[in-house]
Amino acid sequence: MAHVSLSLIEQSLITGILAGGLYGLLALGLSLSWGLLRLVNLGHFAIALLGAYLTWWMGTALGIAPWWAGLMIIAAFFVYGIGLHWVFMRFAVTEMASMLITFAFAVIVESALQFLWTADFRRYETAWGTQSWVIGSLYVPKLSFIAFLVACALAAATWAWLRYTYVGRALRACAEDAPIATAYGINHRALSFLLSGLCAAYAGVAGVFIALIATLAPSQIWAWVGVVFAVVIIGRLGNPLGALMGGVLIGVCEALTMAAVNPSWAPLVSFSVLIALLLFRPRWI
Amino acid sequence: MALGKRLLRCNLLLSLALALGISPALAQAPSGQPIRIGQTLSLTGPFAQTGLAHQIASQIFVERLNRNGGLLGRPVEYVVLDDQSKPDISRTLYERLITADHVDLIQGPYGTAAILAAMSVAQRYHKVFIENTLGQPALAKYEWHFSATIGGPDSTATLPVKVLDAYASTGHPPKNVLIVSSKFPSAEDMAHGMERAAKAHGVEVLGYLEYDVGNRDFSGVAARVKDANADFVFVACLGVEGDQLLEAEKRIDYSPKRHFYLYPSGSMAGDSLADRAVSYSGFEDVEPYISTEEGGAFAKEFDARAQKAGLPYPHVDSQAGNEYAGWQILAAAVKATNSLDDKKIAEWLDKNSVETIEGKRDFSGRSHTSAVDMQQLKQVQNGKWVTIWPLDRRTPGAQLIAP
Repeated sequence: MAHVSLSLIEQSLITGILAGGLYGLLALGLSLSWGLLRLVNLGHFAIALLGAYLTWWMGTALGIAPWWAGLMIIAAFFVYGIGLHWVFMRFAVTEMASMLITFAFAVIVESALQFLWTADFRRYETAWGTQSWVIGSLYVPKLSFIAFLVACALAAATWAWLRYTYVGRALRACAEDAPIATAYGINHRALSFLLSGLCAAYAGVAGVFIALIATLAPSQIWAWVGVVFAVVIIGRLGNPLGALMGGVLIGVCEALTMAAVNPSWAPLVSFSVLIALLLFRPRWI
Repeated sequence: MALGKRLLRCNLLLSLALALGISPALAQAPSGQPIRIGQTLSLTGPFAQTGLAHQIASQIFVERLNRNGGLLGRPVEYVVLDDQSKPDISRTLYERLITADHVDLIQGPYGTAAILAAMSVAQRYHKVFIENTLGQPALAKYEWHFSATIGGPDSTATLPVKVLDAYASTGHPPKNVLIVSSKFPSAEDMAHGMERAAKAHGVEVLGYLEYDVGNRDFSGVAARVKDANADFVFVACLGVEGDQLLEAEKRIDYSPKRHFYLYPSGSMAGDSLADRAVSYSGFEDVEPYISTEEGGAFAKEFDARAQKAGLPYPHVDSQAGNEYAGWQILAAAVKATNSLDDKKIAEWLDKNSVETIEGKRDFSGRSHTSAVDMQQLKQVQNGKWVTIWPLDRRTPGAQLIAP
């Protein structure tokens, strides 16, 4: 156990919370898709990284600012999400089959990224990339903080939408029992298209921030899978606020592990926390 | 009479060629079936920046060789394939080079993992195998393996000592060190070497931090580095990892006092955050390396091509120098044996030494490495690497900057 100073713990907490925001942002679409559509979409990670590459490419090759690129990507991904769900419905894809099909899709996307932009590392250099706000002795990286705020806003808005609107309640009803919900006049088909489009759009949002914060390589698709799956399960399937809180929990645990033990131990944390929570089964899981 | 006229014409042509400054070697342009020499390099993937530097160095050597008569009077054809920075692909491609492309000779790829993968293929087909970037020479068990690296048989024991000696020469050596290492095998070995050297030199080791290969986020590592605030940070990293760590440190407004990077990316020197960063070297485009005709011409040509290729640091460095030296070693052995027979080439290399742009190389060290560690140290000063150690190999006017 390393000597751990108070300032290191404080800085690690900030780092962990902000990293958790990005985990939550990535987990949001996956959680909704899995929880409400009963589709385990591994292609979500591939689409997020595709969004990151597109943001980087539009910025560096075409000079399009990331927010404009983000708007275009989100709109395009929404349409893609609808198309993807049409395919799933057309071929009556089951939960398990969806995982296999989307895994294959992710492999194809990885190969396409490598073909288009090679396997080289890509970095989107921006003026704000290394900027931070200083609060006392602590540093808050600007981009990570904005990503965290966006994650909070999306998670809260989605939670409120699912809880307080007719469409949201109908979606939850469909997830509980689609035939009964349909018998009550809910258009399950139309709602599921809408939700699938939203999930893909959320992947686009995550992609924009990945482009701005991380170093890109096609193989990075798989770097997020383990930790984000743990976040989705910890946060409970279909629960947007849970996805965010799960992300923050894992992010903070990872950061504290890096501070107190060793950075190389951090990858063990997500699954250790997941196993511990499954063993003790708190009410929310 | 006719013969006399022909001889006169030949004499005139030779005189004209000499008058125009064309060397006899060029006058005897290589002819016949080309000698094909195959290699894979990381032309894409995480090590692509470095791989491209190796490719440029190889091309320059082969072009110069062909201008000077080729090998055995025949032109040399360089066959290079992209292994995408993946050892398994490198292994497959060497299989292809030997069995499908039927190359006459091979050159080793870039990077420890790819080298070890390719070496197994070379061993299976009894090909002489010269590599120039093996980080763990002790793992090279193949008897026809020859190392063009200049780190000696165990640079994990010698390089850390050089680094500490260099800082000690400033009169205010570091009292403590924080070691940060990738879990990449050769980087880890070097990090452990620094740990041992520090203890032997009475330098306190404040911590030993490891991160996984492909680490996503260096914020946590940077926070630990800042918190330790060590006199010296030894970073056993690969490629862009060093840049990522520096960026993460910048976000928390920290700059190490003294810092070393094992395998820095080509772009690191151009990064203002890397000021005073130290690394090892075997060749740079500064004196004394460029004082020989071949070294100077190589450096000049490399810089021009690197600029054209858009390399982030368009200057020759030890990676390119090692690659060039590897080719010099192979060419010297072929010329000396007057043969393309791998066995004869290997036997000759085993007993002889070769003059390279990095100095005279023999293979009397363990696993056919150099007998001694010939590496120098370099430091980023004003956006460029300059050599600072040992003292007799310093770039004129340069000295190690340490607070």
